[in-house]
Amino acid sequence: MVSIENLHKSFGKNQVLKGVDLSIKNGGIIAVLGPNGSGKTTLIKSVLGMVIPNKGTIKVQGENVKKNSNYRHYIDYLPQIANFPSNLKVKELIKMIKDLRKNTNNDQHLIELFKLQPFLDKKLGNLSGGTKQKVNIFLTFMFDSPLIILDEPTTGLDPISLIRLKNLIQEEKAKGKTILITSHIMSFVEEISDEIVFLLEGKIYFKGTITELKNKTNQQDFEHAIASILSENHA
Amino acid sequence: MKKWGVIICAIFLAMTTHAQHIEVCSTCTISTLKEAINNAQRFDTITVKPGTYKEHNIIVDKPLIIKGENYPVIDGELKGEVFTIVSDSVTVDGLFIINVGTSYTEDYAALRVKNSKYFVIQNLVLEKLFFGIYLEKSNYGKVYHNKIIGNAVEEYNSGNGIQLWYSNHIEIEHNYVERVRDGIYLEFSDNCLIKNNVSANNVRYGLHFMFSNTDTYQDNTFENNGAGVAVMFSKHIKMFNNTFKENWGTASYGMLLKEINDSEIIGNTFEENTIGINIEGSNRITYRNNDFVKNGWAIKVRGACYTNTFTENNFLYNSFDIAYNSKVNDNVFDKNYWSNYTGYDLNKDGIGDIPYRPVKLYSYIVNRTPETIILLRSMFIDIIDFSEKVSPVFTPDNLLDNNPQTKRITW
Amino acid sequence: MLKILKYSFFDLIRSRWSYVYFAFYLLLGVVLLFLNNDLSKAVITLMNVIIVLVPLIGTIFGVMYYYNSKEFTELLLAQPLKRSSIFLGQYLGVAMSLSMSLILGLGIPFVFYGLFKSNAIWDFSLLLITGTFLTFIFTALAFNIALSNDNKIKGFGYAILLWLLLAIIYDGVFLMSLIFFEDYPLDKLSLIGTMLNPIDLSRTLILLKLDISALLGYTGAIFKQFFGTSFGLIISFIMLIIWVILPVMRIMFKSRKKDF
Repeated sequence: MVSIENLHKSFGKNQVLKGVDLSIKNGGIIAVLGPNGSGKTTLIKSVLGMVIPNKGTIKVQGENVKKNSNYRHYIDYLPQIANFPSNLKVKELIKMIKDLRKNTNNDQHLIELFKLQPFLDKKLGNLSGGTKQKVNIFLTFMFDSPLIILDEPTTGLDPISLIRLKNLIQEEKAKGKTILITSHIMSFVEEISDEIVFLLEGKIYFKGTITELKNKTNQQDFEHAIASILSENHA
Repeated sequence: MKKWGVIICAIFLAMTTHAQHIEVCSTCTISTLKEAINNAQRFDTITVKPGTYKEHNIIVDKPLIIKGENYPVIDGELKGEVFTIVSDSVTVDGLFIINVGTSYTEDYAALRVKNSKYFVIQNLVLEKLFFGIYLEKSNYGKVYHNKIIGNAVEEYNSGNGIQLWYSNHIEIEHNYVERVRDGIYLEFSDNCLIKNNVSANNVRYGLHFMFSNTDTYQDNTFENNGAGVAVMFSKHIKMFNNTFKENWGTASYGMLLKEINDSEIIGNTFEENTIGINIEGSNRITYRNNDFVKNGWAIKVRGACYTNTFTENNFLYNSFDIAYNSKVNDNVFDKNYWSNYTGYDLNKDGIGDIPYRPVKLYSYIVNRTPETIILLRSMFIDIIDFSEKVSPVFTPDNLLDNNPQTKRITW
Repeated sequence: MLKILKYSFFDLIRSRWSYVYFAFYLLLGVVLLFLNNDLSKAVITLMNVIIVLVPLIGTIFGVMYYYNSKEFTELLLAQPLKRSSIFLGQYLGVAMSLSMSLILGLGIPFVFYGLFKSNAIWDFSLLLITGTFLTFIFTALAFNIALSNDNKIKGFGYAILLWLLLAIIYDGVFLMSLIFFEDYPLDKLSLIGTMLNPIDLSRTLILLKLDISALLGYTGAIFKQFFGTSFGLIISFIMLIIWVILPVMRIMFKSRKKDF
């Protein structure tokens, strides 16, 4: 699905990724974890082609991402902060994204799921943060792409929507899709992810299941396992 | 009075002596003008029938009326002067004169009047000429309704349309002159009236005026001439209701005044000239009710101009209203309308409450470094002009219109 | 690209600022024409407004739009779209909506005033064309500034600085250098100096219409050729087009290299 080889990226003097090698198989939910500044977002954005790597190659479905935009047809992306042109109506935004990608019939189902019906005729600028995030999620799941990238998907969601989101993720997984998630909420990660990738100082420190991580760190609890990695490395 | 008496006597004499009527045509017994003039008696009428007459050096030495029917062509074949009138009381009417000889030593004219009086030159069409109508030491004549079309390109090998030299009391009306050197040229000619003429596209001046006093020119149009109109070394000139238009170029003016004194410039329109009026060494001139529209410089004052008054003129959309090259000002600007005026009129009396300064600092800069004209209407220029307006340093601080009008003046 | 353009454009023409901008020009046009009732004067005043205000609004608006739609841009970047088409689309959206406010805002009062019957129509069209060019140029410059500066405050600072530089400071320096080198032949220099600043270029273009009588008073042969024939008009337009193309190319280049 995704293969990353020897990925380097620095912003000015700040080296963020120092040779990341990662290959992600088809299917399953992978969580990318790591402390602040470990390069999670940079890694994801590199896959999306938003950040241009200094070195290394990234392939999605076998297509090199460099100077290519077509491979993004395989990806659905949920950005961390959703901000839309404030003068467009929700309906128009949906139409626009459909227009930009390809038509889909998935939207009716999703509108109902997230109860977006009453907001369709409102301007995006007038929506609350939570509703915006719903629209954001809605746009992500509207298309049936094999790879879904979610950057902090839980931000600003009410508990009901959060449950729906989890269900949705599970549904997509059941369809055999690959889902890449970053999150700070450890319980959320623990609950849904099949595999985690732990980034530390620009390198992959750990890749495997949560159970493997617990074994490796000799911790019973996932949060503690993470904490122990961090304290080990900073002690 | 005595002169008019003579004219009346002459006419009376002409009528009583049973003036003969002579016809000239190619198939007549008299087939040339020269022959006709030779055969004619004083005060005879010669009628020239349509046709082409290849003649030059036609000397008219007795009072005659030479009248063309349907514009017969008198072709000078580029050999020299066509008509020379050396007698009083000659009328030349309705001829088409072409191909006047060109010479660098002699000023050949289509028609020359020499030392004569009471002549009438009218309804002539002149083409391919060197000089057109040349009046030399001749007085009390009329030049009416002639059309002079030259093909001048350079100054040195072209002549003037209508030239007066030591000729007084001449009336020049309703003529149309184009593409010669100077459209109308006056030298040492006093008490002339130049009225309703159009002088356009001439190589040098539309009207050129030297050492000629007490003349009036009015209702003329001077358009697109190489250097506009030049009025020099003269006094008591009246210039009324003329139009000066589109005289563009480096040394081009609507009107150039040089050493002109005690004159009146009233009711004229200066439109789209590089310089509307350029004034040098001219004193005691009244400028009133003139329109200065869209000129580069409406008025350029180049020093030694005293006690001139500019009142009730309209200055409309000129790039520069007034340019001065000195700090001294002895001229009066009052009650004019300036479209560039930005003041206010709180008491609504039609007079702006703050005086207008027609001279801008920028006009000094352009005067000094002409290339800076390229910065015209730049915001930076507006800023420095504004600061100069607030506290004049370079411009004469008494050069003010204290009563700027808030509405365009009509008269 | 056309799709992005379409949506940015629709987004913008519904924004409050477009209306403010439109209303401002409408008001200006009405005041100039109906309170003053002097078409020639109106055209001159408009010229001053256009060469000063249009670049300012173009830069500020361009920078503002870029920063405000940053997250949305990121959303678009994740779509299967070429980067250059995203940015060109947004740029054209901004530039076109601004131009439309300008053209309609000024055009409507002039049409009501009876522009089509007036011979000022050419002067006026030239003003609008120049205004549109300036909008396109300064919006492109604004996008360049914003693309190169992630810091909003800095971006706005540079935008204002750019405007100050081109609208005022440049002319000051230009004037000083002309006076300083007045002993040398300057007509080439002064024309080149004009070409290098889009505001001066537009000003010159309008001068060709409004002040041709004054411009022809200068002796230089090159000046004469430039202002006396259609040569000046053609060169000015070519330069304006170059002034649009260069920053737009830099937008494309810069956007291809940039990390988001």
